[in-house]
Amino acid sequence: MAAAESSDSDEEDLVSYGTALQPLQEGERLKKPVPLQEQTVKDAKGRYQRFHGAFTGGFSAGYFNTVGTKEGWTPSAFVSSRQKRADRTVLGPEDFMDEEDLSEFGIAPKDITTTDDFASKAKDRIKEKARQIAGVVAAIPGTTAFDDLIGPSKITVGVELLRKMGWKEGQGVGPRVKRKPRRQKPDPAVKVYGCALPPGLSEGSEDEEDEYQPENVTFAPKDVMPVDLTPKENVHGLGYKGLDPSQALFGVSGREHLNLFAAGSEDTSNLLGDLKHSKGRKLGITGQAFGVGALEEEDDDIYATETLSKYDTVLKDEEPGDGLYGWTAPKQYKSRKRSEREVKYIGKILDGFSLASKSSTPSKVYPPPDLPRNYRPVHYFRPVIAAGNENCRLQKALEESTGKLESDATQQSRHALNASQRRERLGEAALKGPALSVLEYLSEKDRERLKEVKQASEQQMKAKMLPPQSQNSRFQPAPPADASHKWQMLLGGQLANVGSSDFKPFARNPEKQKRYESFVKSLKQGEKDTLEHCLDPSMTEWERGREQEEFFRAAMFYKSSNSTLSSRFTRAKYEDDVDKVEVPRDQENDTDDKETAVKMKMFGKLTRDKFEWHPEKLLCKRFNVPDPYPDSTIVGLPKVKRDKYSVFNFLTMPEPTTSVTQATNEKIQQNNSLNKPKKPSRWDVSDKEKEKKDSISEFISLARSKADVQQQPPVPATEESRTGPSETLPTEVPNEDKDQEEESRPSMDLFKAIFVSSSDEKSSSSEEESDEEQQPTTSVIDSETTKQVDLPDSSSSNLQESVATTTDPGVPLLPTSKQELDATEEFGPKLPPAFSSGSTCQQEPVVPVSFPGPSRKEKHRKNREKHKTKREHKHKKEKKKKHKKQKNKGKHRNKKSEKDSSSDTEDSSDSLSDRDTTGLSPKELLRR
Amino acid sequence: MAFPRPRPARPELPRQRVRTLQCGQGAVRAVRFNVDGNYCLTCGSDKTLKLWNPHKGTALRTYQGHGYEVLDAAGSFDNSQLCSCGADKTVALWDVATGQVIRKYRGHAGKVNCVQFNEEATIIVSGSIDSTVRCWDCRSRRPDPVQVLDEAKDGVSSVKVSDHEILSGSVDGRVRRYDLRAGQLFSDYIGSPITSVCFSKDGQCVLAASLDSTLRLLDKETGELLGEYTGHRSTVYRLDCVLSEQDTHVGSASEDGRVYFWDLVEGSLALSLAVGRSVVQSLSFHPTLPCLLAATEGQLQLWREDTFQPEGDAA
Repeated sequence: MAAAESSDSDEEDLVSYGTALQPLQEGERLKKPVPLQEQTVKDAKGRYQRFHGAFTGGFSAGYFNTVGTKEGWTPSAFVSSRQKRADRTVLGPEDFMDEEDLSEFGIAPKDITTTDDFASKAKDRIKEKARQIAGVVAAIPGTTAFDDLIGPSKITVGVELLRKMGWKEGQGVGPRVKRKPRRQKPDPAVKVYGCALPPGLSEGSEDEEDEYQPENVTFAPKDVMPVDLTPKENVHGLGYKGLDPSQALFGVSGREHLNLFAAGSEDTSNLLGDLKHSKGRKLGITGQAFGVGALEEEDDDIYATETLSKYDTVLKDEEPGDGLYGWTAPKQYKSRKRSEREVKYIGKILDGFSLASKSSTPSKVYPPPDLPRNYRPVHYFRPVIAAGNENCRLQKALEESTGKLESDATQQSRHALNASQRRERLGEAALKGPALSVLEYLSEKDRERLKEVKQASEQQMKAKMLPPQSQNSRFQPAPPADASHKWQMLLGGQLANVGSSDFKPFARNPEKQKRYESFVKSLKQGEKDTLEHCLDPSMTEWERGREQEEFFRAAMFYKSSNSTLSSRFTRAKYEDDVDKVEVPRDQENDTDDKETAVKMKMFGKLTRDKFEWHPEKLLCKRFNVPDPYPDSTIVGLPKVKRDKYSVFNFLTMPEPTTSVTQATNEKIQQNNSLNKPKKPSRWDVSDKEKEKKDSISEFISLARSKADVQQQPPVPATEESRTGPSETLPTEVPNEDKDQEEESRPSMDLFKAIFVSSSDEKSSSSEEESDEEQQPTTSVIDSETTKQVDLPDSSSSNLQESVATTTDPGVPLLPTSKQELDATEEFGPKLPPAFSSGSTCQQEPVVPVSFPGPSRKEKHRKNREKHKTKREHKHKKEKKKKHKKQKNKGKHRNKKSEKDSSSDTEDSSDSLSDRDTTGLSPKELLRR
Repeated sequence: MAFPRPRPARPELPRQRVRTLQCGQGAVRAVRFNVDGNYCLTCGSDKTLKLWNPHKGTALRTYQGHGYEVLDAAGSFDNSQLCSCGADKTVALWDVATGQVIRKYRGHAGKVNCVQFNEEATIIVSGSIDSTVRCWDCRSRRPDPVQVLDEAKDGVSSVKVSDHEILSGSVDGRVRRYDLRAGQLFSDYIGSPITSVCFSKDGQCVLAASLDSTLRLLDKETGELLGEYTGHRSTVYRLDCVLSEQDTHVGSASEDGRVYFWDLVEGSLALSLAVGRSVVQSLSFHPTLPCLLAATEGQLQLWREDTFQPEGDAA
């Protein structure tokens, strides 16, 4: 707002505000004004902002870069009357501020604080010095001294005490120093051209000054700049400083930009310069968030002037005492040593105080304890074992091994409990996850063997028994009486408070519910014998066992709702769907009769299932087909809710968890290395089934092949070892695919630990051997898909044969089991090998072959699978295989591989000897 | 089963090997004619997809972008787009001309075995060993499938799409036909793991190849068995079966390196082509001509009828 008084003589008594427009000349059209919108910037709230500082958040200072707006500032109306003269108002910065600037976090908060004007005068070194100088210059010297007498104190007692001891601001704390140790000589080689600065004026020239000081002059130690160790928590840029309201309003400006490096070393020229500077800008709003404000007269220094000269360009020793390395490193406190030497404090001593005659004893430093010899700086995560009934022994053993012996788990604090213990306290049912136990993969026989071992070791151990405390035990394969006893033990105490049961888990089946109730009653009374009577006598033994389990389980569930926790909850008025599971309404049922129908080739009605199926609307749209169910919201097969407590749901529970019981300590260790249990897929199940089927025979064959190894003639072994190394190379191509497979099965080490007692060096070579088996010949069908392989016959006969004719020492069980695992990873029909050799082609010269990485790898993998499925035929095929490998190489002559070339020539000689078998067709081989 | 029309002439079968192409992309996992049969796609185990003119024997373009083996591919009706799937669990939609991946659909939990466009190339139907068939939308940008058909109990090995049906063959031994128009799912139990399914050209029959070395021709509507074709060997691998261009013959790849053709009606073995030494993995029959593409190992073979005279260079 500018008021300009016109000085024209004829308009003397008129006052005009604003700048007069240029008088329009005749005939001239009005100049089209620049659209105002183009001159302005709006902020997020729609307020107009000036351009200045817009990038750093400049604040609104007007309306279209002018003053006054409808919503913003209202120009103060000029009022002048006879009674009330227009008074000259002095505008402060607040008059130009928005409301938010005056709020708590604005630049001029309105809360009551002690401003610098009224605080004691230690607020700013620079200002202080400026004032001192000003005081000297002033007409009445020493007036400023009164300021110290009046005014509230803002400085702390410590500072005040220090001051009284002679400390001045800007100095360091401590006894005065005679002479600063000179560490760094100025480089004599540096030539100064032109006029060299006088030493006093050059920065950091204190060292040189020292040279001329007499001996008896002491210096205050240099002030140390405490390193600001506050972590950076904001998202501003490094070094960004917000607006300091005190500076914004009270005008110590300009320092922010310059004191980055000047803080450590003050000298007089600096001081004077500062003084002038701060006087020049009375009202400045500084800080990097702001540009030049409306009240600033000079806008030369809008932003921080950062020049390269402010930075260290040379890595060198720091100036003594000023231990700022670069300008980021913490300051070094170099004078610490000296403090012991110079106990004597040369300076003022306060009244009532005296110097200590002896230095305070240094605090004793204790050396760190010696590490045990076998200490490894790696944290070993102890396995968390579900505190299950069957696990408690394991857990105990584990605790003993780690030296943690807890006599009573129930005495543990809340935090010491693990998840399963908490769950048990809360009475929740255990999650029905798959128990990833090694033992699932074992056959009955192996399990029994392990059990024996475990029992033997257990008797030695003779540890105290933890009370069986867990509910997450699964169905035990124990006799039913035993099971019921166990259940009773579990439930005995907890069922005492089972009142009139409003808990009807079998409400759907009233008869069953009745049975359940009487069951619970007898359970409460502890009549163990009557338990069986409650069950339906018309049921089969197995059904009764099932139902008993079910009842126990239901009782467990009920206990949960009766626990202290559940007292805080009320029952839902309406039954929720908690006890229901969604299952497809129609299911493709029993494949048995379909199987027979297929066998009888009676396709049609017998083999066909027809379901209502709801396609997604979009899918219909994309297919240009009208939606068959325009009103339905379901997609896919309609689902229905089924009772969760149905026996069928329990039937699907993972049974194999029972086998955890037999796990030994060693198993636990192995378990650690196992991958975490995954959700069982339908494939896993089939895997297990398969493994179970095979494992007995596998085990036998292991034993036999082991025995064979010892009786081996050495010749084949060398052959093995020769082909081995050359072939291992390709498979070591980074095998991402294998990684995928491996995440779903236990690590190989586990199986090694279980099955293999001694050397498995040959595993790789034999594996490679098997990889070379190429021809998709045998009638062995994919393990996954076949149900009716006459396994017992073939396996037994083949076993005998293998015992009789084994020539391959490298067929320990290990590789086969591994291959088995690999194979079961491949679901469904496989892909053919990349390059397989079906028949021989002798006419082509033998040339090594290298396949592109993935295909080769793929082939290996697949062959391995195949090998597994044809494990029984393996020995027979051994020779043929080898021969084929060589053929394979010969076939693709155009692809060269150096690495195979050496082994290949040797192979060719092998193939000659093996040729007698190669003529046979695979079927013939099979028939043998 | 009914034949659409009496045969005007004795149908020809591809008996003559016209051309052998070394694809140079590892094992050829699948070969597919495009919609008009002028071009074909080969899916390599070296992660590439190649577009060929098999009749001239020229490689037209290589499509790279899969993270692992490409297992199946299909071309859109207008030849502007391709879809492919692979062992990297993804389904990719390609632009034919630029060779760029337009979209990648991720969501399958396992290898994607088979892929098909629908008629208007607005939906990609893919079947995976994760036992689901997923229908992906090509029009919108939604990343998740339009619908997941998870009825299969085991991996889906083959998928075919007609104008209103999705046919899937699964390792659980069932052929499922999702009829969008009727809103019904027909599940036919075969018993043995299905390796390949296809519709007959007249859309009345379904041919299913399974791992018991049998091809079965089922009536689409009733599920009745119309024909059974044996003689080849398919016990381990996922092999293709085809119908000839006029539905007169049924063909199947075999693990003994041959391709077998049976008369559709009589069920008698009509022809056996010695393609290679090892498994013939993939077949594709020309939509209109007696012309067969067979992929074995790393090569691709073009077979034509006897009367065909290859012009230009010899095979």
